[in-house]
Amino acid sequence: MHTSIATFALEGVDGRQVAVEVDVRRGLPAFTVVGLPDAAVREARERVRAAVLNSGLDFPLSRITANLAPADIRKSGPGFDLALAVGVLAASGQIPMNAARDCAVCGELSLGGALRPVRGALAMAASARAAGFSRVVVPVQNGEEAALIDGLAVLPVPTLAAMASMLRGEWAPDPPVRRASVARPPGPDLADVRGQADARRALEIAAAGGHSLLMVGPPGAGKTMLARRIPGILPAPDFDEAMEITRVRSVAGLGDGSLASDRPFRAPHHTISASGLVGGGTVPRPGELTLAHRGVLFLDEMAEFSRHALEALREPLESGRVSVTRAQRTLEFPARVMLVGACNDCPCGRREGTCQCAATDLARYSRRLSGPVLDRIDLVCRLDPAPPPSESPGDRGESTALVRMRVAEARRLQARRLQGAAACNADMDSRTTYRTVRVEPTAFRALAQSPGFASLTGRGHDRVLRVARTIADLAGRRRVSAGHVQEAIGFRISRSFEAAA
Amino acid sequence: MSEACPACLGRSGLIGDLAPAIDAALERRPALGAEILGLDDTALRSAFGPAASRRRAPAPPDGVEAVCRHSRRYPGALLDLEECGLDAPAAIFLAGGLERLGEILDQPAVTIVGGRRASGYALDTAYGLGRALAAAGITVISGLALGVDAAAHRGALDGGGRPLAVVASGADVAYPRANRALRDRVAEEGVVLSEMPPGSPAFRWSFPARNRVMAALGAMTIVVECRIRSGSLITARCAEKLQRVVGAVPGRIDSRLAEGSNALIREGVQVITGAPAVLDELFGVEMGPDGPRREGPALDPTLEQVLDLAVAGATPSGIGAELDLNPGRVRALLGELELRGLIVRDRLGGWSAGPGG
Repeated sequence: MHTSIATFALEGVDGRQVAVEVDVRRGLPAFTVVGLPDAAVREARERVRAAVLNSGLDFPLSRITANLAPADIRKSGPGFDLALAVGVLAASGQIPMNAARDCAVCGELSLGGALRPVRGALAMAASARAAGFSRVVVPVQNGEEAALIDGLAVLPVPTLAAMASMLRGEWAPDPPVRRASVARPPGPDLADVRGQADARRALEIAAAGGHSLLMVGPPGAGKTMLARRIPGILPAPDFDEAMEITRVRSVAGLGDGSLASDRPFRAPHHTISASGLVGGGTVPRPGELTLAHRGVLFLDEMAEFSRHALEALREPLESGRVSVTRAQRTLEFPARVMLVGACNDCPCGRREGTCQCAATDLARYSRRLSGPVLDRIDLVCRLDPAPPPSESPGDRGESTALVRMRVAEARRLQARRLQGAAACNADMDSRTTYRTVRVEPTAFRALAQSPGFASLTGRGHDRVLRVARTIADLAGRRRVSAGHVQEAIGFRISRSFEAAA
Repeated sequence: MSEACPACLGRSGLIGDLAPAIDAALERRPALGAEILGLDDTALRSAFGPAASRRRAPAPPDGVEAVCRHSRRYPGALLDLEECGLDAPAAIFLAGGLERLGEILDQPAVTIVGGRRASGYALDTAYGLGRALAAAGITVISGLALGVDAAAHRGALDGGGRPLAVVASGADVAYPRANRALRDRVAEEGVVLSEMPPGSPAFRWSFPARNRVMAALGAMTIVVECRIRSGSLITARCAEKLQRVVGAVPGRIDSRLAEGSNALIREGVQVITGAPAVLDELFGVEMGPDGPRREGPALDPTLEQVLDLAVAGATPSGIGAELDLNPGRVRALLGELELRGLIVRDRLGGWSAGPGG
């Protein structure tokens, strides 16, 4: 007899439907899996056999052939275990043939018959719902995240034996437990940072509009300290963003299945490779950029990153996606991040004071900060050297809570204006920028006449307008004034200073 | 049209032929290059190339003209070298035209030299001096080297002047290669001049040699910034011997890059604080254009203060603290200064003084 069980395989951050066909017939006992399985899938035979036997069920001594359709797509990972086991049970008459007809089935089996959680259960559940399935069976540990998908009945199952009972109609699982939403854990406070008025202002603008930021300053000035305080002033993700964050976490095997309540903060070491940064590998996995989706990607010591790695960021930063092509198919990983970089202000690291660098050294150092990435930085700020420890502790700065309030208010204004056209000012495309950023006409005329304004390229021009719009939002103004534009220009990264070498 | 006699051209040819041998011999003391050329043909040949025979140097290629000391178009200033025991070149080769050379040497000329590895401050200063002096009708002379020389030439070109470059290679050879475009611009607008025959590469000894030519052609030699053993100091010494005025720009006292030029100041050369100082020296009266920064409409006082602080190296937080402005306002004022061209921003968010209005 033969049967077909529906399952979903993880592809990028989406699920792809796979039909597990199982045929059981008389013949020399064998268990073959075809359909381009990888090693883990081939090993499923051992797991399925042991799990079935240890669940008190019969493993048929027949010729068993399983096909994972479509047969020309590579299959990988242990998520097919459960579907294979159910297929074998159905095709050998141990459970009703059509019991799993309108069900998608995912899960890894342990030898004892218990189900193990799979990566990307949320993505699989979403794809199952999109494909028209009304029910999905997952391991209990994946129940909570699968339940985040509306309109889908999630059946969390603990063991293969329980699964068999359920399909025979003898048992029904409890609906998945939905934990109460977790409160955001408090992080480090901005008040800990002394001075650095310029950097604080830049941080606030960056957070308010989702703009990318480069912090420049001597070692020890506090660049990393400030970066770690950015998530605290960002607003919590809305439901859609939280779903995206949770989905990425699920695919990466991180997270605990609950809906994300804060934004990711990723700080890869500068020795990371290009594929570690943007994703890749034989079976494409998300890179740091994707893991930072809807959050912050912090590149500390930006000049020390390999050229190759920084170049790989160029396209995704522009499009908000990473495209990975494997065997003529293209997978897409989301990658909308707020990029924050930090670097020294001079190759010797001692800019003021004892710096002995010639202008050519400085020019060479700034060239190492890859052009394409720097071109996508919206704001650059400078940090003063760390004050000596003897300074009075009296000048603590504004607290995270205070700044977060202002940022949240600015974000509210943006959301109302953008109406979903973009998530924040930084994400506005050219047309949206043009449409929504209104500069006072007299101010604009005055600006357009300045010699410096003409030197702004189209992209630089748009960038300045987006930042100016955020500055105006922080000020609670509807119209963008000349002052806002000037501040945006004051914070921008200019053309590189090519020393007359 | 060239105006050089066969004898002088022959000597140039001889020098060109013996150049590699001279280079090998002077490996330890290239600075003697200037004095070596004081030897006459016989002495040169016996010292460096007994086998070399005098033969007529090939005619200079297209675009290069030659002029020898016997011609009335030969720059008279070079003959001063004879007075102090340094040899004046027998023939010089130039790209840009003899006619033009005559015109630009009719004007007062100032030689600007300095280190190849230069601080941003030195490059800005050299550029600014070149530009202001050129605009005031003074011919700017330099060596087309990387760093200060190139900045001075660029300033002179941007100031609408016709710069004069004295090079250690042949006049038609671009050395260093990185400055090829600049060399071509100078040849187009001004003159590129060399004592070495056309096609000749640059040798270590030909640099000190050409430094004496630079020192002689200028009424004044200014060292913008140089290290303690820089070739610029050779130029300064030659200028002293030639009884020309020597000046130096003050540099950071803790910087090795300015150790040489600061040492000159300690010895008592003229302190150059800008183009007005140069013009004072040359003409003895207080004249000359105002510093480029003050052109244009008067600045709002706060803006002016921000500009002064910014150019002096203050950080934005520092400026805010000093002038009691909030950081957004500081950046807005910096933005305005940039739009007006009064400051120039770099990739790392720093700035330097801009060309002005």
